[in-house]
Amino acid sequence: MKNIEKILLRYDFKRDNIIQILQGIQGHYKYLPAEVLKYTSKRLKMPLSEIYSLATFYTAFSLEPRGKHLITICLGTACHVRGAPDVLGRIEERLGISAGSTTEDNLFTLETVNCLGACALAPVVVIDGEYYGQTTVNKVDKLIDQYDEKKDSE
Amino acid sequence: MMRKKTANKESRLHLLVCAGTGCVANHSFDVKEELEKEIARQGLHKEISVFTTGCQGFCERGPIVIVQPDGIFYQRVSKKDVPFLVEEHLLKGRPVKSLMYEPGPEKLPIPKMNDIGFFKHQRLIVLRNRGRLDPENIDEYIGFEGYQALEKALTKMSPAQIIAEVKNAGLRGRGGAGFRTGLKWELCRNASGRVKYIVCNGDEGDPGAFMDRSVLEADPHSVLEGMIIGAKAIGAQKGFIYVRSEYPLAVKRIKIAIKQAEKYGILGKGILGTDFSFSIDVIQGAGAFVCGEETALMASIQGKVGRPHPRPPYPVEKGLWGKPTNINNVETWANVPMIISRGAKWFSSIGTKGSKGTKIFSLVGKINNTGLVEVPMGITLREVIFDIGGGIPGDKKFKAVQTGGPSGGCIPHDLLDLPIDYESLTEVGSMMGSGGMIVMDENTCMVDVARYFLNFTQQESCGKCPSCRLGTKQMVEILDRITDGKGHKGDIEFLEQIGINTKLSSLCGLGQTAANPVLTTLKYFRKEYELHIFEKQCPALVCKSLISFVIDPDKCSGCTICAKKCPSNAINGEPKKVHTIDQAICIKCGICITVCPEKFKAVRKVSPAVK
Repeated sequence: MKNIEKILLRYDFKRDNIIQILQGIQGHYKYLPAEVLKYTSKRLKMPLSEIYSLATFYTAFSLEPRGKHLITICLGTACHVRGAPDVLGRIEERLGISAGSTTEDNLFTLETVNCLGACALAPVVVIDGEYYGQTTVNKVDKLIDQYDEKKDSE
Repeated sequence: MMRKKTANKESRLHLLVCAGTGCVANHSFDVKEELEKEIARQGLHKEISVFTTGCQGFCERGPIVIVQPDGIFYQRVSKKDVPFLVEEHLLKGRPVKSLMYEPGPEKLPIPKMNDIGFFKHQRLIVLRNRGRLDPENIDEYIGFEGYQALEKALTKMSPAQIIAEVKNAGLRGRGGAGFRTGLKWELCRNASGRVKYIVCNGDEGDPGAFMDRSVLEADPHSVLEGMIIGAKAIGAQKGFIYVRSEYPLAVKRIKIAIKQAEKYGILGKGILGTDFSFSIDVIQGAGAFVCGEETALMASIQGKVGRPHPRPPYPVEKGLWGKPTNINNVETWANVPMIISRGAKWFSSIGTKGSKGTKIFSLVGKINNTGLVEVPMGITLREVIFDIGGGIPGDKKFKAVQTGGPSGGCIPHDLLDLPIDYESLTEVGSMMGSGGMIVMDENTCMVDVARYFLNFTQQESCGKCPSCRLGTKQMVEILDRITDGKGHKGDIEFLEQIGINTKLSSLCGLGQTAANPVLTTLKYFRKEYELHIFEKQCPALVCKSLISFVIDPDKCSGCTICAKKCPSNAINGEPKKVHTIDQAICIKCGICITVCPEKFKAVRKVSPAVK
């Protein structure tokens, strides 16, 4: 829990800074592990239920571990009118999961975002921080192949 | 400290490489690196310098490279273009035509940035430093007269004079509602209590709007300068900038700007040698649209769930930690330095009677020139969409423009000559919002668009007011049904009724405006709803349940590409023979239409669906 102490210290152990603290935790673990939240609750003398309420209200937080690769598809208006729903449908089908979940082998997590503000690239898919613009249903397989280790070993 | 920029004065040419999110995503940093390498290889590094700048706004054409002082504009530059560009232009002095912007097929390329329609019709106040400075270097901001307005405000003006100037300028909030900025400042100044806060709202949540991101990324000091001036006018000691977590680059740059300003004595204790002290913290949002609403935003800054609370009391009376708090959005703050340095009279000479100055719009969707444009209030939609935006791609017909994000509405073709200001947009059932302008063409289904927005607000509703929580859900259910081909008589009337009730009985702006996308599409595109409900037809060929993919036997050459690519093996046919789609198996993913070679174009969509 040394890392948590560091994060808590950075935000002065203040309850008011809980959202920034949760961001720090998520930045470190890629999600919010239950035991870390319990520890945080104790250290800040803050009810765990309140932390849970925050963690579920804000979409940036995840209570589940994420997969090795994070695929985020933008569903902003510009992406929507340029065909993002079709692209999402194709990705879901390819991975066999729906948005907001992780593949069984923990390789991919698929998430949606309301707008990335990169509308010129619409429809945009971001994989591990790398932006892919002007995606189409037809480009999905190639795109995911680059990250799909199983595919390589086959 | 007000020294002019001296770096690289001796350079013959400056290359400005755009490093906004759009260009970076298109690998502009690779282009920059390659330029530096190639320039060094040609031995030109002593006379030519390469810089990165903030967003140029013309994101559609990224990565963008501008050669100064001539203002030659290169677009869609890739790494492999660099050697030729360096040799031809930088070494031999022959600008490269193939990398210039072409306004259309068979039209001559335009060499200079300011001659391109996209830039020509714009009027830059907030984006005044667009693409000409390095956002991570305070000296460059200062070199372009940065922080001079602050110096004036702190040393030559009283708080009352600053407020009067902003009031007389007629500046209104650029975040959506359009409240008078000067009046808000005055209310906050006059509120009782010694501790006061100011907040910069950078929780730009409207999908399709990204001007605040761009301003924070490209010119963060202009926002800081506006905030410090505002703090002096109001008497605040502490400020917060609340930025969406989806904008990592904006967060990084504003943090760098704050550090540099602190080092220069522009933020902190005794600013510019006066007795005025002020500091700023950056708070990162966590992905909740409703936090753009000011009372929800304040709750979020205080570490709470972002649920709005009733007003009054207004934040200017009781805001953060119960103290008077003045909230303005990014674009509003960035206007302030210009008003102080050039004066209210100059500012109010731009715009319309009730809406002064300029507004930044993000022009996105089915438009040729996607990007950010800053235009004077009162310009018509037609000018923005056609003169600046270059019209609709692929000779498609313009259908509607959606303004104001999920709170706004869809404006039809007949209203294209509408002059844009706060009042005119509200009159036609939409609103200014933060300035998103999503252009739609004949292939955009208006019922689907309404469903999209309602789905959005339903998910983002904080759940406090039943009218919003349940009203949006009800509307989504009906719209889902209609787009699924299960609409029936009475749906339209029911939608209208719920829409109006949600509007009337919700607490915050989110609920009060949630029905706007439905109500405006019903007003202007009712026929489309009726076709969906009664004819089971989607004229824009979007709604999956109402369309089928079919292969035209006269056009199919039996190339087998579609059959090979079909993920559900729904396409039958032998090589060189006409293929058919088995409608019972087809999942309507649309791959066949994208892979069918351009010369055949044999796959098409039809509506109603084939049985």
